[in-house]
Amino acid sequence: MSTPLLEFDAVEKSFFGVKVLKGVSFNIPEGGMVGLVGENGAGKSTLMNILGGNLQPSAGSLRFGGESYAPQNSGDAARQGIAFIHQELNLFPNLSIAENIFLTCFPRMGAIPLIDRTEVSRRAAKLLRDVGLGLSPERLVETLSTGQRQLVEIAKALSIETRLIIFDEPTTSLSERETLQLFALIARLRSRGLAMIYISHTLADVFRLCDDLVALRDGEVVGCGPAKSFTSASLVALMVGRTMTQLFPDRRSSTPPREAVFEVHKVRRIDVPNYVSFCLHQGEVLGLSGLMGAGRSELARVLFGLDPRESGTILLDGEVIDSLSPRDLIGRGVAFLTENRRSEGLCLDASIAENLTLATLAEHAQNPLRWLSAKSLQTAVSNIRQAVGLDSKTGDGQCVRSLSGGNQQKIVLGKWLLLKPRVLILDEPTRGIDVGAKYEIYRLIQELADSGAGVLVISSEMEELMGICDRILVMRSAAIVDELGRAEFDRERILHGAFGTEIAR
Amino acid sequence: MKRLYQRLLEFAPLFMFMVVLAFFGAQSSRFLEPRNLVNILVQASSTGIVAVGMTFVLLTAGVDLSVGAIMFVAAAVAGKMALAGLSLPFSLLAMLVVGWLVSAFNALFIARLRVPAFIVTLATLFIGRGLGLWITETRAMNLPDSFLQFGSARFLSVPVPAWLFGMAVVLAHLVLTHTSFGRQIFAVGHDAEMARKAGIRTEMVMAKVYLISGTCAAVAALVTLGQLGAVSPKFGEQKEFAAIAAAVLGGTSLFGGRGNVLPGTLLGAVLIQTIENGLVMTNANPYLYPMITSVVIFVAVFFESLRNRVSRPFSA
Repeated sequence: MSTPLLEFDAVEKSFFGVKVLKGVSFNIPEGGMVGLVGENGAGKSTLMNILGGNLQPSAGSLRFGGESYAPQNSGDAARQGIAFIHQELNLFPNLSIAENIFLTCFPRMGAIPLIDRTEVSRRAAKLLRDVGLGLSPERLVETLSTGQRQLVEIAKALSIETRLIIFDEPTTSLSERETLQLFALIARLRSRGLAMIYISHTLADVFRLCDDLVALRDGEVVGCGPAKSFTSASLVALMVGRTMTQLFPDRRSSTPPREAVFEVHKVRRIDVPNYVSFCLHQGEVLGLSGLMGAGRSELARVLFGLDPRESGTILLDGEVIDSLSPRDLIGRGVAFLTENRRSEGLCLDASIAENLTLATLAEHAQNPLRWLSAKSLQTAVSNIRQAVGLDSKTGDGQCVRSLSGGNQQKIVLGKWLLLKPRVLILDEPTRGIDVGAKYEIYRLIQELADSGAGVLVISSEMEELMGICDRILVMRSAAIVDELGRAEFDRERILHGAFGTEIAR
Repeated sequence: MKRLYQRLLEFAPLFMFMVVLAFFGAQSSRFLEPRNLVNILVQASSTGIVAVGMTFVLLTAGVDLSVGAIMFVAAAVAGKMALAGLSLPFSLLAMLVVGWLVSAFNALFIARLRVPAFIVTLATLFIGRGLGLWITETRAMNLPDSFLQFGSARFLSVPVPAWLFGMAVVLAHLVLTHTSFGRQIFAVGHDAEMARKAGIRTEMVMAKVYLISGTCAAVAALVTLGQLGAVSPKFGEQKEFAAIAAAVLGGTSLFGGRGNVLPGTLLGAVLIQTIENGLVMTNANPYLYPMITSVVIFVAVFFESLRNRVSRPFSA
């Protein structure tokens, strides 16, 4: 047995006296592929930040390639041959593909400090071929899709003598086809002897790709061993610390036909040939399925008045809404949870309390001077915190940036729930959040629907839609191509609709 | 259709430039004479050189409000030295040293101590102006003829200020587009934290752009001294706004990460000067100059923001 490539030896990390890593030890073998799983807040990110040199451990040590390894910054990690493919991609959209790859190590023209542009293009083109991306290296990154950008990140990792690549939730924003391409590329890289750490909440992918698994919970390794020795259920149980019998809350099997609350009639977005019509009923959870780029998020943006529409009418409680602006819609009880939680859903540097009450401030200023009542705000905050099950260790004044993804999403949801919405549109409500928090969010969706509101859920996770919805609409090329009632839910049929392939009956 | 619209917006500053040239050319026959065009270039060179340095700072999403004050202090020190009988090269060196000292102060506070650039350079603006008034005792200083001779000297029949402006533009263009440092400026301007994580030494990049801006301000002070031959208490006043206007007019974003010196800032600085020159040539009411100039700047920047809106992809 040769020495492992990377060893974590009793690594500890504390923030302000709170231990977030409690003696983490495990190894990555040379050329091995290790899956790292755990709920958000379990310490995966902290561990990876230590590996990447962004944080220093409070105690314990790391060994890389048999030698002591203590990176002081991200440059140290890169020089040692450790590359990260982040969940939020670290590419500069205002620079070209080639410039992004060589940003810190441009080849120069001999002694002159000028960049050797031909050499840059030649080497970038070769790297792009390696990762199977047939684009000009001069293309600006802002013109690329998410999947293409990820391939650029991988090309960047390959541009240096990389021995270990860390994938952090690489598939969250990829289409199914792009995911398959990524997996094929990962297999090719493995055959070259590269070691990898694969972090994901999608357990099926982890089982499919990895030889060994490491499960973290509350900063401790709670499971470590060959992937074969785990099952999905046993892994979830380890991560959550209790046996999760159900991934989704129970959904009433049959809903009596109720009144329409939100009707969309022949709505068409600018520059799109197809129009969309559907009806959302009181107490209904309606799913919107489809591939990336099918126009689901774009439709949601039009419905919430964020993007202009070309034509069509929208009715709320049977009443036509003429002026479609977020402000009017919020006033009428329509809320929209965006897919970009960090950039659009939250004020990251504001406190939990401020974020929660942002949409409903006027309710707490019911006096002639329109003065905000601190007491009324406080009551609202503590009620909604309880309702959404926000981590009780967090303080109301804590800044939202420091919270885990699951807690952040509960805050966005809590903000809209305070509005007591008639219609709630959710775009990828559980992206990048852990199993436990997902269940909480599903529960909140159900409760809201049970109270009579209409809920529209956009999700790329088909299991999720099938688990929580009463009805699913399938979109392709900005049009609705199929509709399935709960009794008809069928993975294959939805996929065929989304891909536009004929279904063999 | 949309693409055509977008391309038109892309060339908005160039288009404006053509319109302005055509308009004043039709108004006054002397306007388009080569002599006047060279004259415009010379008049634009001082603001232009400051704007070149400002472009570096704006590209990192920063701002340098102290450039006008740097010019004043540098000119005051150089003037005192010249009047004390020191030769021209000593004065020139002193001006550069003043530029470096003030901008090193800016760089220290902005890059190292992370104080917002607006605050730091606003402070150095007032400190600098106060210092300059103290040195000159708030009196205008007439300088020896050697400065005026320098300002009107020609090399290969092109005036020296225009050479300096041209060299600043070409050098800046090379640095921005053909060196690692230049490309890293764009990365830092897009997102400094992301740049740091990508292994860029963001502190160094930030510090250098302020030093470049300070150096450019010192050179611009020299050019202005060569043209005026005197240091008045208003020397370099509001130069920072003219420089920012020229850079933004040339398409450089105030939010960092987007812009260029060639053709952008060059065109912006020359365009502003062309309008002023044209107004003089056509005997327009002098009180109208600032208003007309600002309308043109406003229109160009308005086009620029239209362009950004069109090209911004849907956040999917």
